[in-house]
Amino acid sequence: MRVVIMGCGRLGSMLAGELDAEGHHVTVIDIDQAAFNWLGDGFSGTRVVGPGEDSAIQEVAGVKHADVFLALANGDNRNAMAVQVAKHIHGAPRVVARIYDPDRAEVYQQLGINVVNPTTILDQMVREAAFATSPESDAPSSDGDGV
Amino acid sequence: MYIVIVGGGKVGRGAARDLIGMGHEVCVIEREADTAWSINHELGEVALVGDGTEVHVQQAAGMNRADVVVACTGRDQANLAVGQTAATRFGAGKVIARINDPRNESIFRALGFDNTVSATTSIVNAIELEVNKGLQSLTRLTQLASSSFMLSQQRVAEQSSVVGCTVRELRLPPSTLLVLVVREGDDALIPGPNTTIHASDLVIAVTHVQHEAALRAALT
Repeated sequence: MRVVIMGCGRLGSMLAGELDAEGHHVTVIDIDQAAFNWLGDGFSGTRVVGPGEDSAIQEVAGVKHADVFLALANGDNRNAMAVQVAKHIHGAPRVVARIYDPDRAEVYQQLGINVVNPTTILDQMVREAAFATSPESDAPSSDGDGV
Repeated sequence: MYIVIVGGGKVGRGAARDLIGMGHEVCVIEREADTAWSINHELGEVALVGDGTEVHVQQAAGMNRADVVVACTGRDQANLAVGQTAATRFGAGKVIARINDPRNESIFRALGFDNTVSATTSIVNAIELEVNKGLQSLTRLTQLASSSFMLSQQRVAEQSSVVGCTVRELRLPPSTLLVLVVREGDDALIPGPNTTIHASDLVIAVTHVQHEAALRAALT
């Protein structure tokens, strides 16, 4: 598959490396050239420097022919705009946006965008790690440190 | 009317000042506390400090009762987020969005935001108008309702071959309508097929952008 990833931070570079190794055709966009250092030496995909929400940059990155567009940059608004440009201007068949703010995530879900909201996911995982009762974990206690 | 303005820079503040002057109730959402303080100092308690793309900030600003939302930050992705959040979460009916990069106009339109204002485009058009003044060539005045149609004006030269012709006789391109003829010493008139074109007439026409050159030729 042809995958375009906007945002080459920890998550973007990790996914890019994995998908590249799996044989997918990967293009990574980042506004900062130095971000590409996150990619391993073995990465054989394409790197594009520029703002990924910019229609012209998406054109250069080949979003028109992409099967999937992933917006994994740090700004919610930027990611939201980028996936909508990819979807509505370049006709990307599948787009996913990382949106940190749960309220915003809800808005974009309503607008038909595939949203991944790390905050709610982490909330759940932290709760489970902190309070779930399993053989090796402590039972929930009410006299904790009370952070 | 109740108008929520997101972005208290020069554009947002200027809009707030004018709208308050016209008697409207205004709230300006501004991210920087210093800027908000300065707005309040000038215009009274109208500024709210916060990120206007956030749902809870829009809630605090009373977005649910806003008649008009003006998204005029310096970032297009923020203006888009303001408009989409206001429309989706608070049912805002009328959203006016500022576009900083004219190339983003198509995405705003594709997402249903027809009321956009692009300072860059306006300034470029104003410069073109000034540059072309007195050159007796076709000048684009404004783009109409974000369509492909333009309002244009052209001064008819003294030696032009169309002087003395009626509108019917002009070889106007398709999708073109002459809407006004401004004649020196006379009031303007709305031309009909039998209106005669005089030298120095200022002819104002609506035309499709692709026929601009043909219109220029037809009036030269």
